Amino acid sequence: MGRSDEAGSAAARFDVELVAVTKRFGTVVAVDGLSLRVPHRSYCCLLGPSGCGKTSTLRMIAGHEAVSDGDILIWDRNVTDFPPLRRGTAMMFQNYALFPHKSCIDNVAFSLKMRGVRKAERHARAHKFLTLVQMEGFAERLPGQLSGGQQQRIALARALINQPQVLLLDEPLSALDTFLRVQMRTELRRLQRDLGITFIHVTHAQDEAMALADLVVVMDNGRICQMGAPHEVFDRPASAFVARFIGGHNVLPGPRGPIAVRADRCRLGSASSGSYLRGHVSTVEYQGTVVRVALATELGEPVSAIVPDHAFFANPVNPGEYVTLVWSESDAHPLGATVC
Amino acid sequence: MMVGGRSHAAGAGRGRPWTFYALAGLFGLFLLFLYGPMLVIYLLSFQGPNGGVTFPMVGTSLVWFADIVKPGQMANIPASFQRSIALATVVSLVTVVISVAAGLGFRRRFAGSGVLFYLAVASLVMPSLLVGFGIGLGFRVLGLDASLFTSALGAQLTWTLPFGMFAMFAVVNRFDRSYEEAASDLGASAWQRLIYVTLPILMPGIIGVGMGAFTLSYDEYARTTLVIGTRNTLPLEIYALISSATSPTLFAIGTVTTAVSFMIIGVTLWAIYRIQRRRAASAPSL
Repeated sequence: MGRSDEAGSAAARFDVELVAVTKRFGTVVAVDGLSLRVPHRSYCCLLGPSGCGKTSTLRMIAGHEAVSDGDILIWDRNVTDFPPLRRGTAMMFQNYALFPHKSCIDNVAFSLKMRGVRKAERHARAHKFLTLVQMEGFAERLPGQLSGGQQQRIALARALINQPQVLLLDEPLSALDTFLRVQMRTELRRLQRDLGITFIHVTHAQDEAMALADLVVVMDNGRICQMGAPHEVFDRPASAFVARFIGGHNVLPGPRGPIAVRADRCRLGSASSGSYLRGHVSTVEYQGTVVRVALATELGEPVSAIVPDHAFFANPVNPGEYVTLVWSESDAHPLGATVC
Repeated sequence: MMVGGRSHAAGAGRGRPWTFYALAGLFGLFLLFLYGPMLVIYLLSFQGPNGGVTFPMVGTSLVWFADIVKPGQMANIPASFQRSIALATVVSLVTVVISVAAGLGFRRRFAGSGVLFYLAVASLVMPSLLVGFGIGLGFRVLGLDASLFTSALGAQLTWTLPFGMFAMFAVVNRFDRSYEEAASDLGASAWQRLIYVTLPILMPGIIGVGMGAFTLSYDEYARTTLVIGTRNTLPLEIYALISSATSPTLFAIGTVTTAVSFMIIGVTLWAIYRIQRRRAASAPSL
């Protein structure tokens, strides 16, 4: 269904390339000289706190926001000044933006209608895409009659019917409950693999990015803090911001500047070996397979140890107890002094 | 609500405070003041053929309604009714077109948009009679004849346009821009986006503005009276009738115009209800 067999695709170096892209709203710089290369057929997540510029970046790629400076290339074509349709992108909006006055099949067939495809043909093609997202039984319903998860599937079918080279997703899972979110996450990943096109997915949830992405791009203040495969980012966060934002890390003072230590590599024990930090237990959170023990220390910043459940129950601690957090020197990851 | 009455909440729940009854009484009086005179008029419009403009009723009949459509010596009600409907239709269409365009245009702030907005709506606070007077004077200075679709149309638009724009701004404010972005994303041109997405989604609000303008025009008096020329609209004709003669025909006219107004409002609400129900229907039936 993708366009990978079209001429020119083999020559393209990247599916999406941003070259020093800047977005200014008046005097506010939302995206600051951002450069990014998204390889072929990859699942790329733009991850960051709200206001970090990830949505502006996505909207510029989609063509819904003018670029103040820099260039956007899709399959080696400079599309900076192209209208959305000519870019080969399709966007799925955060609120899905399904047309409330049109049935599901007319929503999905909308772009075909705009191109003057006859009704019988466009409905036949729309049916295929409804089937792709397992919504073939809902063709005649109006969006208002569907649940959030079902609306999302319709929005997905509508975006895919143009056979885009790149699908852009703006916080696609944020409106769903936890159960549906995990289910849709799996499905998005499956679709991306099956279609063989690039997905660029904006999210503020690190677990989503970790689970989905080939390439995670952590952003803050309109810049890229770090990018790479999820395990690279998680194992070697580039800065204190990244370590804190992706979670599961303790940011601690080391002998040569700040270090990050994964919380699951920390133990509660005695200060006999390795590095340690003392503090009072503030919270004990049972999470099934693991127990998270949070400590209040003189650092001010909360630190925690994630302990396997059997290890915890062999040596349980209670809030208020004075304990020692221990980690081995080899697990200490030095953090860069970068701004973000 | 609770058996035993031991709960202290039961004491608070028993009866309403006296202020409730005082305010309810006040509201009742207001309703009586609002609808009482109209009810009297509706009743008297069915006065018997030998009855007058006051009680008692001398039998009941429909002769006064029949009287409306007879071209009288002093008033021609059917002709003025037609003029009123024609004018209200044109006023309504013009108001809708301009209000929708302005509503969509004003979504984006531009240099001078604030000033333009206040200039456009200022005529809401201008004394209506003076607006009409000014327009009438202007036509005379320019040597133009005042008539239904020139001066009267303009005078009524000074009233319906600001109203329509206010209403459209409120409607457009709630319009989610991502619908339009989605349409562009799917390859719709600016026109296609407007025709297939923006206008249909705004349609309930547009119908409301159109009907609002229609009813405002249909019973407009103060702005129209000095600019209408020689052929009256219905309200002007009725006023002439009131000042020259009194018969239950007047009441019959009142009953019919009220019925027309309520019909227009009813049809509008029904249309909006249908559209919204179609969209928001949550029943899982196919």
